[in-house]
Amino acid sequence: MARNRGQVSFDIDRCKGCELCTTVCPVDIVSIDTRHINQRGYHPATVSESDMDKCIACGNCAVICPDLVIRVQRVA
Amino acid sequence: MPVVFERTRGLTEKEFHFCPGCTHGVIHRLVAEVLEEMNELGNTVGVAPVGCSVLSYQYFNCDMHEAAHGRAPAMATGIKRVLPDRMVFAYQGDGDLASIGTAEIIHAAGRGEKITVIFVNNAIYGMTGGQMAPTTLAGQRTTTSPLGRDPRQVGFPLRVSEMLATIDGAAFIERTSVHDPAHIRKTKKAIRNAFECQKANQGFSMVEILSTCPTNWGMSPLESLDWVKETMMPYYPLGNFRRPEAVTVSGASGGGHA
Ligand SMILES: Cc1ncc(C[n+]2csc(CCOP(=O)(O)OP(=O)(O)O)c2C)c(N)n1
Ligand code: SF4
Ligand code: SF4
Repeated sequence: MARNRGQVSFDIDRCKGCELCTTVCPVDIVSIDTRHINQRGYHPATVSESDMDKCIACGNCAVICPDLVIRVQRVA
Repeated sequence: MPVVFERTRGLTEKEFHFCPGCTHGVIHRLVAEVLEEMNELGNTVGVAPVGCSVLSYQYFNCDMHEAAHGRAPAMATGIKRVLPDRMVFAYQGDGDLASIGTAEIIHAAGRGEKITVIFVNNAIYGMTGGQMAPTTLAGQRTTTSPLGRDPRQVGFPLRVSEMLATIDGAAFIERTSVHDPAHIRKTKKAIRNAFECQKANQGFSMVEILSTCPTNWGMSPLESLDWVKETMMPYYPLGNFRRPEAVTVSGASGGGHA
């Protein structure tokens, strides 16, 4: 069965680095980017480019984010 | 590319002032999404409380009022009675609703006011620095119960949903939680059903939502989600406590999904 493929994008400067999104991803690709600091002074959440094609567009990360940082699209 | 999730029009562009990981943000979003999906944003008046959500009038993209502490149900009552065709909701914390505003909420339910109350139970006073609330659990440490809440001295935590469900004016009462994506989705259904109940003129509706306060609980946001599940949920069981026969939107919301 073909699985859904997705693409997530982050509104980085809204992120508060709370990590909630990092534990709900079924394919475990969301992590905190400790090499960067956003405008608010937090390490933002991210998905690396190499991991992006593992995304199954389930939306879990966006659903748990309290700050509406994440947008999820399905790749046709 | 088809969008799976994007920011709802039910919220303004303003960034939330809530602490990192605080689930007030999740709950704001769910209310906003439901109002957008019901096409009621232009027809809704919300009432903001005193508490950490005091600024919610800046976030909800509908008409909003600010109430004095605990008085949101009274203000919502006035608005709904003057403008019965509007959707009217009050958004309240547990200090606001279950302490200073106890009389307001009980009598609003008793009168069967056709308003919807979003009750955010985080077992503490967040805004003022983590004092004990009526919903603080036995043994829970707060700034005013530094050794843990002792029920023999300061009483037992109140189960507000169960109490209000005994009142005949209450049409819809459900307790949910937002500690993981599945429960967040169930919470959204419950909020939808509560607003549908108001739309159908069936009486008072309330959704009590177990929420986190990482800052004043002294935990990380992730530890806080676990604490909701492991410590709050056993004392505050999830489920529907009251619903009219006729209200159905998205099938069953709630129903003891512990
Ligand atoms: C008349 C009055 N009494 C007391 C206060 C102080 N006060 C502000 S918010 C609050 C409690 C907030 O707790 P809660 O309603 O649980 O909301 P949270 O901040 O946890 O979201 C209190 C006691 C006040 N603002 N007005
Ligand atoms: S849940 Fe949202 S705010 Fe928290 S780390 Fe993830 S993207 Fe950032
Ligand atoms: S003090 Fe608690 S309830 Fe208030 S915004 Fe911070 S985490 Fe949320």
